[in-house]
Amino acid sequence: MRKRRYSPIWTFLALAILALFIIFVVYPLALVLYKSVVDPTNNSFTLENFTRFFSRKYYTNTLRNSFSVTIVSTLISATLGLVIAYITRQYRIAGSKWLNIFIVVSYLSPPFIGAYAWIQLLGRNGIFTRIINGVFGASFGGIYGFAGIVLVFSLQSFPLVYMYVSGALQNLDNSLNEAAESLGASNFQRVTGIILPLVLPTVLASGLLVFMRVFSDFGTPMLIGEGYRTFPVVLYNQFMGEVTNDSYFAAALCVIIMGITLVFFFLQRWIAAKHSYAMSALKPMQPRPQRPLPKALCHIFVYLVVLIALLPQITVIVTSFLKESTPGIFTAEFSLINYQTIFSKNPRVIPNTYLFGLAAIALVVVFGVLISYLAVRRKSVITSTVDTLTMLPYIIPGSVLGICFLYAFAKPPLALTGTAAIIIVSLTVRRMPYTIRSSTAIISQISPSIEEAAVSLGASEMRSFGEIMLPMMMPGVISGAIMSWVTVISELSSSIMLYRASTQTLTVAVYTEVIRDCFGNAAAYSTVLTVTSVVSLLLFFKLTGRRDISV
Amino acid sequence: MGVAIYVDNVTKAYGKNIVIQGLSAEIKPGEFFTLLGPSGCGKTTLLRMIIGFNTIEGGEIRVNDKVINNIPTNRRNMGMVFQNYAVFPHMTVRDNVAYGLKTRRVPRAERYRRADEILKLVKIDQYADRMPTQLSGGQQQRVALARAIVIEPEVLLMDEPLSNLDAKLRVEMRNVIKQIQHQIGITTVYVTHDQEEALAISDRIAVMHGGVIQQIGTPKHIYQRPANEFVSTFIGLSNLIDADCADSTLDFGCGYRVPMQTLRPGVSGKVHVAVRPEEFTIHQDGAPGIPATVNSSVFLGMTQHYFMSLEGGKEIEVVETSDLTDILPDGARVTLQIMPHKVNVFDAESRTTLIREEA
Repeated sequence: MRKRRYSPIWTFLALAILALFIIFVVYPLALVLYKSVVDPTNNSFTLENFTRFFSRKYYTNTLRNSFSVTIVSTLISATLGLVIAYITRQYRIAGSKWLNIFIVVSYLSPPFIGAYAWIQLLGRNGIFTRIINGVFGASFGGIYGFAGIVLVFSLQSFPLVYMYVSGALQNLDNSLNEAAESLGASNFQRVTGIILPLVLPTVLASGLLVFMRVFSDFGTPMLIGEGYRTFPVVLYNQFMGEVTNDSYFAAALCVIIMGITLVFFFLQRWIAAKHSYAMSALKPMQPRPQRPLPKALCHIFVYLVVLIALLPQITVIVTSFLKESTPGIFTAEFSLINYQTIFSKNPRVIPNTYLFGLAAIALVVVFGVLISYLAVRRKSVITSTVDTLTMLPYIIPGSVLGICFLYAFAKPPLALTGTAAIIIVSLTVRRMPYTIRSSTAIISQISPSIEEAAVSLGASEMRSFGEIMLPMMMPGVISGAIMSWVTVISELSSSIMLYRASTQTLTVAVYTEVIRDCFGNAAAYSTVLTVTSVVSLLLFFKLTGRRDISV
Repeated sequence: MGVAIYVDNVTKAYGKNIVIQGLSAEIKPGEFFTLLGPSGCGKTTLLRMIIGFNTIEGGEIRVNDKVINNIPTNRRNMGMVFQNYAVFPHMTVRDNVAYGLKTRRVPRAERYRRADEILKLVKIDQYADRMPTQLSGGQQQRVALARAIVIEPEVLLMDEPLSNLDAKLRVEMRNVIKQIQHQIGITTVYVTHDQEEALAISDRIAVMHGGVIQQIGTPKHIYQRPANEFVSTFIGLSNLIDADCADSTLDFGCGYRVPMQTLRPGVSGKVHVAVRPEEFTIHQDGAPGIPATVNSSVFLGMTQHYFMSLEGGKEIEVVETSDLTDILPDGARVTLQIMPHKVNVFDAESRTTLIREEA
């Protein structure tokens, strides 16, 4: 690119953003890193926390457990997501628009809601468990531990792979399919030889997201894991536990989990870099005709998987309208008591969720657009540093970010603990990488000469940005913002670390109610969350006229 | 030796929308046959019916004696070159070319040997181990061509293969394609909207418009003896001038009458005379002819172009081989005579040719 002189205001903006990210990302992370290797008694360097972790079977077992559930769930999710994406792209599946919404909805609810709903269905006293045991005279003890965790995570994560792969398949030009066919490839040869290798990078990228999400989630194993302890559970207990509360050891745990996600992040990068193809389809794949039997099988498979994935949501919505006799046991009586309770108990919860969500979205959009614009169009050492820093939260588990924030902002000058600000900032920071990447894609599609034209016609750089670039980016940015909104309001892992009673949000409320065995209230909160997500998604489809979603 | 393709009364419909109705054509063994027409004329649709990406709603397509309507594409043994090349981005050049042999279960050593042979033929053997993204558009198109012919298909189909290349490369590649096609003698169906490309490359051309074949013939025949006004104006440039015809003589009014030897017997009534720019002679001495005024002129080295208007206001283009004489100034008044053996005459009503078959 040519060197050109730009207005100094961009450098100023870049520096300001850099400063903010140093305060809100680099500093908390550095502090945790520091705490993990320092001996609090004499402030000297020590690896004591790490040797303590790796020398005790109690701790290392949790790592092994975490890897087991994560790898198995990721494999199942990737397979399910890939197969369903392929079927829905390649064949005409009736009602695919609604299927798409349902799949996204089942992804958007926090995983632990799935866990608690599955306990209602397949737990010790679950509906299905009682039916199974009654009909077959079996003594099935319910789905807990490894199987339960894998079930919940697989069903909850395959939509992510589905969304990514579905998008990649749409970018696969049909002429590649046709070329393979004209060269004599059978259907099977075409799928395994052409389609699969071409979407493999996407499968890996989405697989990584699933991996990191599953690996760092503590809500699900906490609820359904019972004796099966995973690493995040230990981290959460270590931090929140009443018995032991060793913040230096917790910091070391944070460092370990970040180290692991970092390794997988670079592993995925490395594999993807070797097999990445820029594809854009002039003519996307067309649905192919199918004979009746395969057609029926495809329909049954897709609908069955989606139904099972939706079961938790359905359970939650149904039970929210039922009366609880004793905790966890619902009568068949319709009632609005749960809703009355949640509205009178803590009336702040719903307004909090909406306010924090909107504030975070506003910040994410403003900073996301600015940062991606700077990184693409005003390349400099500063802007690329900012670009790299904003990617950091992508690989930091939410709970770890929450812990980092708690350590960093407990004392003045930035005593933010317990405030709404700390939650909004954490939501913003966590969502930022996704928004920046989508904005970068949008900006890259706008030719630089458009701006140069505006400047040549007498507009200042700021004006051409405001009057030309922004309006051109808006449609993409707005649809991205709606998706951010939906993901932000269902965020749990950092909020759970940072909340106080006055800053409770819906997901936090669901979690605390579940922990207290108030399932009715949890179901009601959760239903409000689901309805919000579905309405937002419908709005998204209406506004963008699109049928597809990328998170 | 190549196969013959018979397109027999075929119909293509998308629901109620009929794109092609009852179209017939015969493609001879080893022929380079081009479907030429403006976009939306149905040429690509027809090509995709031949390879099997489009279903056939009526009629049949035969390869020699074999009806292929219901044979799936991957069993038709036809090679296709796509407009956007469709080179598999995840395979090396050699693997791309060998892919069709792999689906035919040709042993590994054999298929690489044959792939390398073809890569030599299309002159990209030095790139055999590269990935497609490291190749230019022209090189990618050579890969696509090699990949389509290495399977020794009965028919080679090409869908606007050169339209994504720049002008110079387009000329180079069309010579490559023609030369290789002649070398292996494969029946080829080629789709393009570029008339110059069609003229340069084809043995025969089918000019299509609105889902109907307007004319099939050699490039020379189609250019010199177009079957109707559409072909005459789509292929090259034709000035259409009104005239009356009686007793094998064209009457342009204003005292200019031209006896014709090429007309069918008994033609009379209103006609359109299609005169290509180079089929006029310009006269400044008041000789009988069609009066015209020079509006502007362009000197192109080999030729001298004039833009003129006739008395009714109709604008025409006239081309002369450039000469040492002065260029006519704008506003000059001249008379134009036509070359009777070259011009074409169309019925003003049906817009089809009135020229004798053998002329």
